[in-house]
Amino acid sequence: MAGIGIVAAQNAHFTQPLHLKGGGVLPAFGLVFETYGTLNAAKSNAILVCHALSGHHHVAGYTADNPANIGWWDNIVGPGRPLDTERFFIVGVNNLGGCHGSTGPASINPATAKPWGADFPVVTVEDWVASQARLADHLGIDAWAAVMGGSLGGMQALQWTLTYPERVRHALVIAAAPKLSAENIAFNDVARQAILTDPDFHGGHFYEHGVRPLRGLRLARMLGHITYLSDDQMAEKFGRRLRVGAGSYGFDVEFEIESYLRYQGDKFAGVFDANTYLRMTKALDYFDPAQDFDDDLARALARARAGFLVVAFTTDWRFSPGRSRELVHAMVHNGQSVAYAEIDSAHGHDSFLMDEPHYHAVVTNYLKRIKP
Amino acid sequence: MNQAIERADFDLIASWVQPGERVLDLGCGDGSLLKRLIAERGARGYGVELEGAEVLAAIGNGINVIQGNLEQGLAGFDDQTFNHVVLSRTLQTVRHTERILGEMLRVGREAVVSFPNFAYWKNRMAVMAGRMPVSEDLPYEWFDTPNLRFFTLLDFEALCAKMGLVIRERQVLDEAGRLVTEEPNFLGSLAVYRLGR
Repeated sequence: MAGIGIVAAQNAHFTQPLHLKGGGVLPAFGLVFETYGTLNAAKSNAILVCHALSGHHHVAGYTADNPANIGWWDNIVGPGRPLDTERFFIVGVNNLGGCHGSTGPASINPATAKPWGADFPVVTVEDWVASQARLADHLGIDAWAAVMGGSLGGMQALQWTLTYPERVRHALVIAAAPKLSAENIAFNDVARQAILTDPDFHGGHFYEHGVRPLRGLRLARMLGHITYLSDDQMAEKFGRRLRVGAGSYGFDVEFEIESYLRYQGDKFAGVFDANTYLRMTKALDYFDPAQDFDDDLARALARARAGFLVVAFTTDWRFSPGRSRELVHAMVHNGQSVAYAEIDSAHGHDSFLMDEPHYHAVVTNYLKRIKP
Repeated sequence: MNQAIERADFDLIASWVQPGERVLDLGCGDGSLLKRLIAERGARGYGVELEGAEVLAAIGNGINVIQGNLEQGLAGFDDQTFNHVVLSRTLQTVRHTERILGEMLRVGREAVVSFPNFAYWKNRMAVMAGRMPVSEDLPYEWFDTPNLRFFTLLDFEALCAKMGLVIRERQVLDEAGRLVTEEPNFLGSLAVYRLGR
């Protein structure tokens, strides 16, 4: 079935200061967002889609200026798709600190009239949820029918149920974790070091030098990309195939996997902001709702009132099924409403973005619980 | 399993669940039993199911199903959290028999177990005639059956005695779903037990 067609971004500006978990205050901020479908009269059919590390507000459809600019989760949003725009009003938003139109490090700091750069505060998952609540207010949505996200987006969906238990009826937490492992933080730090040590980074104030730390950003993305795929998938897709007939015993691109990673790195570095990347990975590292509850996840989640769908993918080693089961076990301990599906998929962490029929059917079936 | 015996099995289990009780249904399939216990008995609970297609159906039935493998035990489920832990017509497919029975009574105050009786007279007839039984209730050939364990009422009760499990109640059904009172190990097609410690 065809998707939703041409979509356009909207902007909302908020002038009440936002107090951040890290201690800073944003005096004002803007969020860019897109909506699909129609908000019903009772405003009870709204679903918020939270994005992961590199995502943004353009979730579905394509922009008028570029039919190839298709939303990052278009395969799940649209008429007849799991997030059915005939039934639901879907909201996609670019997170605070992002680089796709919401206030972020490249925005102008009103105090200095220059780009924030390194001075833009580190924002957390909790801060994002607080800022998204302002957007819900702006749209007149008292309670989301559901909040949904994969990976870092799943953490936001979970946090919504904790910060605003009365404002979320269902949370779809996909390929996520209750907190990052040391190994996960380690991957993030290598990515950050690639950026921070790039001579073009200039301590985060590269905008005024007219350069961008492309090498660092590219390396960060290449590393990240390795961790989003599975070993099997890489073996199948690339194996040890060479781009040219035989090895040249040099260091140019030879193996297909090298070519692929460099392409992905270049593509990403061309469009993404290094300061945003640093902050997104920090938000991941800091997320740990159990921290304030003596590391007792069940106690941390006890205040949630939402129904949960937790989904994990068998080949995801960055956010493995075991991490999702920690969430599920805590919810079962609390007697909370939760369904858990562990999907067979070859695509590693990236599976949550794939058009996999069984996975999409699980989401469709779960959303039948929502009677707007 | 035919529908009559499935309904009779579920009728018995439903009659043992009191309103508001917590139930864990192991091998819950599409969640039909839990759906019924929730609707008719006001029960709350979860299902555990391994097969993706069944998990999908259970989610569609509004059931809180947890996808997982019973062979790995019930890690993640706390001690004594459920009033009833149900294993309906599934024990014969489980490899780690003693472990799952032990786990059921760890997380629940009562284990409800139903299974096909391989000593049912028709099965005995088939074996007497030289072939493994294939019927509406045992619809598999020996080479494609999901059943790993072939046991009878007497076998099961001997295991309960060995494990120190207390049989609180036993009901035996024939193929039509009628209660069997005499010669249950001969005339009974399906046995349903309530076990405790």
